[in-house]
Amino acid sequence: MPRDATPSPPPSGLPPSGPPSSGPPSSGPRPRRGDANARRVEAMAAAARRRRRLQTLLPWLIIGATFLLWEVLVRGLQVDAFILPAPSAIAASMVQWWQPLLVNAWQTLMTTLVGFGLAIVFGLALGVAIGSSTLLYHGLYPLLIGFNSVPKVAVVPILVIWFGIGTVPAIITAFLISFFPIVVNVATGIATVEPELRDVLRALGARPLDIIRKVGLPRAMPYFFASLKIAITVAFVGSILAETVGSNAGIGQLMLVASSRFDVPLVFAGLMVTAVMGVAMYAVAAAIEARTTGWATRGQAEQQVSGLTGG
Amino acid sequence: MAAMERAFVEIDGVSMRYGGAEGTLALQDTTLSVRRGEFVAVVGPSGCGKSTLMKLVSGLWPSSAGNVVVAGQEVDRPLSVVGMAFQNPTLLPWRTILGNVMLPLEVVEPHRRRLRAERAAYEAKARGLLAMVGLSGFEKKFPYQLSGGMQQRASLCRALIHDPQLLMLDEPFGALDIFTREDLWVQFQEVCLQLKPTVILVTHDLKEAVFLADRVLVMSSRPGRILAERRIPFPRPRSLDDTYRQDFQDLVHELRNHINAARKGEEIADAA
Repeated sequence: MPRDATPSPPPSGLPPSGPPSSGPPSSGPRPRRGDANARRVEAMAAAARRRRRLQTLLPWLIIGATFLLWEVLVRGLQVDAFILPAPSAIAASMVQWWQPLLVNAWQTLMTTLVGFGLAIVFGLALGVAIGSSTLLYHGLYPLLIGFNSVPKVAVVPILVIWFGIGTVPAIITAFLISFFPIVVNVATGIATVEPELRDVLRALGARPLDIIRKVGLPRAMPYFFASLKIAITVAFVGSILAETVGSNAGIGQLMLVASSRFDVPLVFAGLMVTAVMGVAMYAVAAAIEARTTGWATRGQAEQQVSGLTGG
Repeated sequence: MAAMERAFVEIDGVSMRYGGAEGTLALQDTTLSVRRGEFVAVVGPSGCGKSTLMKLVSGLWPSSAGNVVVAGQEVDRPLSVVGMAFQNPTLLPWRTILGNVMLPLEVVEPHRRRLRAERAAYEAKARGLLAMVGLSGFEKKFPYQLSGGMQQRASLCRALIHDPQLLMLDEPFGALDIFTREDLWVQFQEVCLQLKPTVILVTHDLKEAVFLADRVLVMSSRPGRILAERRIPFPRPRSLDDTYRQDFQDLVHELRNHINAARKGEEIADAA
């Protein structure tokens, strides 16, 4: 249907009308105006490319600048490495202690991912249950909120009493801390399904389970992925917290030992490693989100690209 | 022979009251029957209980009194022999157009069982329907990439894909501009001539009702009941030019007067 077909962008160089500022029709040659337009489109595309390059470079530039500023300030003000080590000192410590850092980072990463995986499984299940039943929602929500309000640092000693010093309390802490955002988001996604969409399925005689599978779950996916980005970062908080309080391995424990030896550069090295792991996991979650829920952003990322570079 | 045949849809003394015994009476003692293959349009001002009637016949809501029988089956819950299209396209935004059109096949038996084995055949059918409404080439697009009119056409295809014996349309063209709407009337008429479904169309557009239907029912509001019934004599296929003919216009005018009377009655009732 040509009339209301989605408008395709005009081929570059052949815009449908002249520039709006062209004023009254003059005897000026028309084809040259087309050329000018082509040049303008080309310039806009080039500007867009420059902006995109800047966008990908900017985070690195800012990180580099931060470290540089940090280095300069520490050296200029002659801050004691015991108070705040310079990035160069942290890097040196990283090189010196690369092996324990790597081993403990691996331990922390595995602990976090296991706890996070459990949080995904239980969070999805409980989120779907709460989101699709108002009874469960009202019944369980106060308990969940109360549970989430309990400081996890206070729970770790209890877990240590139950499971002993080691990986298990850290996994459970990572799970407990990252579980809540997933439940709340999935429940919200399912509970806010438009009644019209539900009616489409209901009018076909669909069973409640069909409605959850075909409408509720897909609808909740953007919420779910948004919650994963929060959950993965707080999962690191949970596992490192538990490692600090009661464990004999992991980055948290390494930082505890380092600080008891007043090796502040190594403490900072541990922080850096944790931050890098957090950012990396966040990037993974964000990439999966972008691939699976393009419908929710209406492919905006693509549209911006193809819209600006012209046909 | 037609007289012997039992009506395909029988709505018998149906009432609907919202909010308990003291609540608003949205639909009062409505009785109507629709023959197999007939196209019935229900018109009336907003709030006259048209949509309520749709929800009752489709089984989405239970009625307060009376009963509804479709294809010899009492409607106490949604029936899979019914296909429905709503005022908004209500396409699932995460599915492609093809995926949306094929949605009923994943829910309604016996298609649900067969879908896996006969996917290609079903897909061909969906593409065929989309082609009928001029949506060839848009199968893999997502709803947001289509205009409102195109989405509404896809929604009609979805209502038709599982060969429903009864098609329920709740102002499906209501949200469209007049040109798109008229285009869709013509296309939808062609689809109906080919597939010959039984159709109940709810609309507040009199021209649309007269153009599409075999029979038009006029409803009053608060409480909704059927005031008048008019058979549309014009032969099919009808063209958009027909809508400018005097006899067509006279018919629309006549229906309009019924609606005026209904509204006037309502004002008197309100004043009293």
